[in-house]
Amino acid sequence: MKGIIHNRILYGATLVLLFAILFLFNRYGTDYQIRILNNMAIFITLAVSYNLINGLCGILHLGPNAFVAIGAYTSTLLTMSPLEKQMNYIITPLMWPLSELHAPFVVSLLAAGAMASLFAFLISFPVFRVRGDYLAIVTLGFGEVVRVLCNALQGITNGPLGLKGLSPYTTLWWSWGVAAVTVYLIARLVDSSYGRAMKAIRDDEIAARAMGIDPFRHLLQAFLISAFFSGVAGGLLAHLITTISPTLFTFFLTFNLLIMIVVGGLGSTTGAIIGAALFTWGGEALRVVESPIGLGFVTIPGIPGMRMVLFSIILMVVILFARRGVMGQNELSWDTLSGWLGRLGLRQKNQ
Amino acid sequence: MQQLINGISLGSLYGLVAIGYTMVYGILRLINFAHGDLLMFAAYTAIYGITLFTMPWYVSFTLAIVLTGILGILLDRVAYKPLRDAPRISLLISAIGASFLLENLALVVIGGVPRAFPRPALFDKVIELFGVRIQVLTLYTPVITVLLLLGLLYIVFRTKVGKAMRAASKDFETTRLMGINLDRIISITFLLGSMLAAAGGIMWAMKYPQVNPFMGVFPGLKAFIAAVLGGIGNIAGAVIGGFLLGLGEVLIVALVPELAQYRDALAFVILILVLLFRPTGIMGEPIIEKS
Repeated sequence: MKGIIHNRILYGATLVLLFAILFLFNRYGTDYQIRILNNMAIFITLAVSYNLINGLCGILHLGPNAFVAIGAYTSTLLTMSPLEKQMNYIITPLMWPLSELHAPFVVSLLAAGAMASLFAFLISFPVFRVRGDYLAIVTLGFGEVVRVLCNALQGITNGPLGLKGLSPYTTLWWSWGVAAVTVYLIARLVDSSYGRAMKAIRDDEIAARAMGIDPFRHLLQAFLISAFFSGVAGGLLAHLITTISPTLFTFFLTFNLLIMIVVGGLGSTTGAIIGAALFTWGGEALRVVESPIGLGFVTIPGIPGMRMVLFSIILMVVILFARRGVMGQNELSWDTLSGWLGRLGLRQKNQ
Repeated sequence: MQQLINGISLGSLYGLVAIGYTMVYGILRLINFAHGDLLMFAAYTAIYGITLFTMPWYVSFTLAIVLTGILGILLDRVAYKPLRDAPRISLLISAIGASFLLENLALVVIGGVPRAFPRPALFDKVIELFGVRIQVLTLYTPVITVLLLLGLLYIVFRTKVGKAMRAASKDFETTRLMGINLDRIISITFLLGSMLAAAGGIMWAMKYPQVNPFMGVFPGLKAFIAAVLGGIGNIAGAVIGGFLLGLGEVLIVALVPELAQYRDALAFVILILVLLFRPTGIMGEPIIEKS
């Protein structure tokens, strides 16, 4: 009991420290730094919720871009004022009930999550009838279908033109607040009997079934929760970039998320956080390779697109040689940290 | 009529590419996501052979097909072979990674500007058949597909290598115990599948003469769906699935033009329906779960 309270204090302190850092950046940081921190928080939310499906349940789901797209469009359609909507929809006017709806940012985010969950619920029946490679390709298909629909349903999404001039509601507080809530809730879920059931399904579905676990129910649960947070993150993303179009939500987005959770360690929530943070930071740091480098007498021209090559290579190297990623399936917590410190101390004593 | 011929032509391209998927899946139980990118590689090699090295088109095409076959073997050696005993999810992620690597490497090396494919004059003629004007290429494509299919079926069903391939797709471990060098068989599978993909890629590039680093993505996905439709693991089924998918796409757009913008989504809808109602495809045998 004492340990639990002790832990809670430590986690609370971590959170306070995090928000203190954010406060400092919010006040003294440049726009660029704030932008990167926002991106990082959104990617953490996405990676942690994506990891719930891929890492915890062990099913390769390749369509989170669909959830993000649905979340982004839902929340955008709610926060834009009727006047802004008229300005945006030049070719095909927006459908009637949507054109009048207007809601505050919070409501729009919740609605974004709810819509993504609803979509996840609808596709779950065909998706969970298959497993393995088929599931991967079916979810990839749904991701593609949503993108095609975003392009085609001009009365709702404004088609390929996208939506421009959204209000930049997403601040550091919003993005990191959502990220913290997501991490907390998903960590609680993973630690509960539901989380253990999901891991059991991942490790051996037939054995899990024999123990009385209903795979469909648990997978559906994970799928809905993951979709909800992906949708919310989509809403945040839309109000961060302030411009959305179907090209934003291609398979490319899914690929990036996949890199994050694989590098962090499939099945580890803290791993997903580390992966997302590394990816965002690395993506910015690697801009160097795309800009010209001067060496005094010769100039190496920058190679655009080189970053993606490097990321692909990193993914391949991790999956081929270090399949456990940074964290494996372990979690980083104050307990493990103090365990490490303890062992370190012991070793020194022995010497 | 015009549409029917177009559909068959498109379908035979899907079929050619689908064979590669189905062969690899039959043996390794893996969706080779990078298969579509082999199309792109073949198309670029053919272009460079013709424009840069001024080779006659038949030399250039042969070279492209051979090089793509070698790339296929390399792909297996680098990305899949180290993961033979790993969980399936790792293999799939590796495949996706390989696919993105090939695409982005092409983007960096060649650049994202689409290039025109120099179509040999032989395929450029337009003839009149049953009162409709048709490009010869459209007629050649299905013929070439059927010829290649017959050749492949001969290899698979009449030679020792083919026998070993069929054995490996039935039972991996036992085949190994029978003294068959599985790595060699898998390499040959990748070689054959990639060469067929290369043939498909070159014909695709001649049909739609726009070559860019991402050209292989959609044909690849659709060919995979064709393979599932025909019953994965079944070579003839892959071609039939390809024909059906190609015909379906062309005919639906021809009959209901409003659906044209949903064309790319159609294949996935077909896939989902097949998996829901007949997961083994048209010609597939019942799937036995391998643990």
